[in-house]
Amino acid sequence: MFLINCPYCGERDQQEFKAGGEAHIERPKQPTELSDDEWAEYLFMRKNIKGVQFERWNHAHGCRKWFNMVRDTSSDEIKAIYKMGEKPPSQ
Amino acid sequence: MTKNLRVKSSEYIDETNRISFKFNGKIYHGFKGDTLASALLANDVHLVGRSFKYHRPRGIMTSGSEEPNAIVQINPGTNRTEPNVRATEVEIYEGLEASSQNCWPSVEFDIGGINNFLSPFFPAGFYYKTFMWPASFWEKYEFFIRHSAGLGKSPTSSDPDIYDHRNVHCDVLVVGAGISGIMAAKNAAKNNFKTLLVEEKNELGGSTIFENNEFNKIDNKSPSEWLKKEIEELKSIKNLEIKTRTSVAAYHQYNYLLARENLTDHLEAKDKINKIRQRLLKIRAKKVILATGALERPLIFNNNDRPGIMLSSAVKKYSEFFGVACGSKNIFFTNNDSAYEGALSLFNKGINVEAIIDIREQSESKIVKKVKEAGIKIYWSHSIVDTTGYKRLNSVSIMKLSNDGTSVTGNKISISCDCLGVAGGWTPAVHLYTQSGSKLKFDEEKKVFLPNKNTSEQISIGSCNGDFKLDEIFNNIKKKIKEMLNINITDFDNIKVENDQENSKRNIWLLPSDKTLGKTKPFVDYQNDATAKDIKLALREGFRSIEHVKRYTTTGMGTDQGKLGNMHALGIIADTAGVKMGELGTTTFRPPYTPLTFGTIVGRNVGKFFDIFRRTPMNDWHVENKAEFENVGQWKRAWYYPINGETMHQAVQRESKAARESAGILDASTLGKIDIQGSDASEFLNRVYTNAWSKLAIGKCRYGLMLNEDGMVYDDGVTTRLGENHYIMSTTTGGAANVLGKLEDYLQTEWPELDVYLTSVTDHYATVSLCGPNSKKILKKIIPDLDLSDENFPHMSFKETNIGNIQCRIMRISFTGEHSYEINVQASYGKDLWEKCMQAGNEFNITPYGTETMHLLRAEKGFIIVGQDTDGTMTPIDLQMDWIVSKKKYDFIGKRSLYRSDTMREDRKQLVGLLTDDPNIILEEGAQIVSKLNQNPVEMLGHVTSSYFSPNLNKSIALAVVRGGKDMMGKKLFVPMEDKNINVTVANPVFYDEKNERLNA
Ligand SMILES: [Zn+2]
Repeated sequence: MFLINCPYCGERDQQEFKAGGEAHIERPKQPTELSDDEWAEYLFMRKNIKGVQFERWNHAHGCRKWFNMVRDTSSDEIKAIYKMGEKPPSQ
Repeated sequence: MTKNLRVKSSEYIDETNRISFKFNGKIYHGFKGDTLASALLANDVHLVGRSFKYHRPRGIMTSGSEEPNAIVQINPGTNRTEPNVRATEVEIYEGLEASSQNCWPSVEFDIGGINNFLSPFFPAGFYYKTFMWPASFWEKYEFFIRHSAGLGKSPTSSDPDIYDHRNVHCDVLVVGAGISGIMAAKNAAKNNFKTLLVEEKNELGGSTIFENNEFNKIDNKSPSEWLKKEIEELKSIKNLEIKTRTSVAAYHQYNYLLARENLTDHLEAKDKINKIRQRLLKIRAKKVILATGALERPLIFNNNDRPGIMLSSAVKKYSEFFGVACGSKNIFFTNNDSAYEGALSLFNKGINVEAIIDIREQSESKIVKKVKEAGIKIYWSHSIVDTTGYKRLNSVSIMKLSNDGTSVTGNKISISCDCLGVAGGWTPAVHLYTQSGSKLKFDEEKKVFLPNKNTSEQISIGSCNGDFKLDEIFNNIKKKIKEMLNINITDFDNIKVENDQENSKRNIWLLPSDKTLGKTKPFVDYQNDATAKDIKLALREGFRSIEHVKRYTTTGMGTDQGKLGNMHALGIIADTAGVKMGELGTTTFRPPYTPLTFGTIVGRNVGKFFDIFRRTPMNDWHVENKAEFENVGQWKRAWYYPINGETMHQAVQRESKAARESAGILDASTLGKIDIQGSDASEFLNRVYTNAWSKLAIGKCRYGLMLNEDGMVYDDGVTTRLGENHYIMSTTTGGAANVLGKLEDYLQTEWPELDVYLTSVTDHYATVSLCGPNSKKILKKIIPDLDLSDENFPHMSFKETNIGNIQCRIMRISFTGEHSYEINVQASYGKDLWEKCMQAGNEFNITPYGTETMHLLRAEKGFIIVGQDTDGTMTPIDLQMDWIVSKKKYDFIGKRSLYRSDTMREDRKQLVGLLTDDPNIILEEGAQIVSKLNQNPVEMLGHVTSSYFSPNLNKSIALAVVRGGKDMMGKKLFVPMEDKNINVTVANPVFYDEKNERLNA
């Protein structure tokens, strides 16, 4: 059970949070201009990395805020947490 | 009368407090402080159970939680009965009853014992290989297996006890209160760390507390004497909480640990009442110190499982701690010096030690010399090749070991005995360590897996770190504690420690016999009856991965998770396959370390707290009026209101007719309600719904369909514009929380530039839906001042007004196709509003209806229910709802996906109406639809999603999704059922009032 440092509330138990998949996949601004393949790339393709992964998390049973997390999926080590819109830390 | 083997008084046993208990129906006596195991041993009872597969008689083997054999049923036949309890962990109390498991009809005569003689036919994988075929025989096998196998019985009545959960936070958690744990806890607490020390036993001190080796000294005192003083000092230390009878079950990441605190299991029945039995501690520790100790290993030799064969450390503990001799003619069998301590312990109490059989060539340690001086016969370089005695060991046969340890030579010597203490070295208890995700390394010299790479802030100290000698233990504790706690001195820096053991050891994982392996039974996993032979067979059959061998042979898969024999299994695999043990890895130790009761796991979440229900403000009225309820998400919704013994069908037919003919009333409070405010609220709705919202006038309502980004229908509902920048959105009952979450997600992450605020107000309002041709008259009676004319208050519009002093929001919207109103008031007035409507509607025979009638009425109108007529694969086009998809809007969630080649296929499943040719046949929801009968393979076109008998149309109606259904109007299809084929015709899904004339009726 992770201990997650919500950027708005501080350290809370994992059960207050919901994972929201890979981070930094921006919704295309002009979807209608994309080909089926390009749209499918946005819609379906996710990396699912074994190792360091950028993820979205939501403090669902807390402040309801979304934020980003850098997590090593093989060790579950949380390497960084930052707010939506902030630049990801450089590796 | 049975023998009394109590040999000395012990400070841990209160001989003034005699306790009687029953085992297998017979009354025995023990003393306060005894475990069930020690009390049975004192009564010379070794045979306590039968093994799982061969039903071999088995005795008590250990003195702790690693016990594989002595698992018993506690208080059988009562509501407090518990199976699979280790006799070595049960503290006896007056009135305790226990019985053997896995034996029938009795432990003394067990019919399954016949498996033992058939054992050549029960090799590894026997169950997999045999019971697979022929399939039709399974029932016969099952009967046999179920009757003769199984570990214990679960209780049949509800548990009378209370269980609890507690969150615990500490700076330092110390697991295990042996010498290492006590030293660590003391130093942590003294340095102002909030410290929690947990110990699974009821006494602190671990094995050092009865340490008797005269060659070990701490501060010139015997280790036990020194440790008692330390324990005494703990009592006055602040910042330190000690929990005994508390076993850590799981060690998760981020130093989150679960421990079970046992509060009443050691008490008499009368003292258990109204107390919490067990408490699950959910511990968040900043730092964790593991001092979990080590488990002694058995040795693997032919027939090493007979009652009377025990771990040498257990023999020593029963003698020193409980004052019980485990036998009157004792032998020890060893590969290291540990057994000599046990032998001396017995010798010093005048208990007969026949011999020590040592597979080593020699040992020069002081304690070995001492044993020699005592005149105890030692057989060096010898191994046990066989044992005899069915229900109790009566002799061992020994032979000389060859130099390489792979065979035996010379004459066979038989020595009679009734107890054999086996010492195969020590295995650090790294189970919790590995659960935390930390990694082990194999120490080739010590032949143990040791902590290597930690994943969280934790250390392992004492024997669980592979430190077995006192000087090693002290030095490493001092060093590690200073590092972890960032301190310069400990209490133990200047304490002088002496120890003896030279620690020479000869490791042979599988000891040879004069018989071939195939004719022997060297057990590796006692509880699951896996032998070395089974492991070798698995390797011969091609299994290589340790995880596969484990599952094929079931080694380590019992309730004890193979705490004793797993290392030997690994060793035998490594030897046989010719690989190094370090390369083989180990099997995973999964939580819980020792079994947990279900009570502990669920805590207070039982009975009405098992699954929390949400109830509407009108719930009491529904209950008083005998409604049947249906679960919708967490909600309890009124389903239908039977009167005069009506069936559900009768009630629903009556309610449906009444709602169309005069007036019906529905509790719609459970619909999700989201308050949307902000200057970009209209733009936001434009982006989340498929239709256009900018032009919706204030005071008007509009139905909206929400898609997922993949174009599939996600939710629907009516949204009302309350003001320039203010909307209230209604969602489906089940979708409310998810819709809010999804909208928040888009607002926060994709469109942070929008000025929009969302608030869930589902619970703040109670909603009464009033419908039917007389609904207008009823509302008029309640709110005489409100102009209800179609001009002032048309369909799809909204009014804010008062009923008496109660503020209310009224939407003229309809889910039934009838003229209807949804009246929203502050939740606490819900029941009052409902009763007002009932009273005003009395003259119109107003009829309360539940969710079933609501579903029927909307199905007559062909209105979908998201989640019933859709399943996450339906687009609005599939639903034939093209009219709600804006062609003009540049973008909305899911729009692009509606133009993917797959979503534009003509042969997708599409929503249609279905009419049965025989109007009295009601289709089953979920039934498959085909176009041809007797086809092979059958081409399934789709399925029925909603089906009812319509009392207003006097025929059965159904909605269905059918491949290419859009173009099948009037086509004849079939719904094949088990006993008949039903002829159906594809129809318009709007069965009733296609022109919507009733909305304004
Ligand atoms: Zn938060």
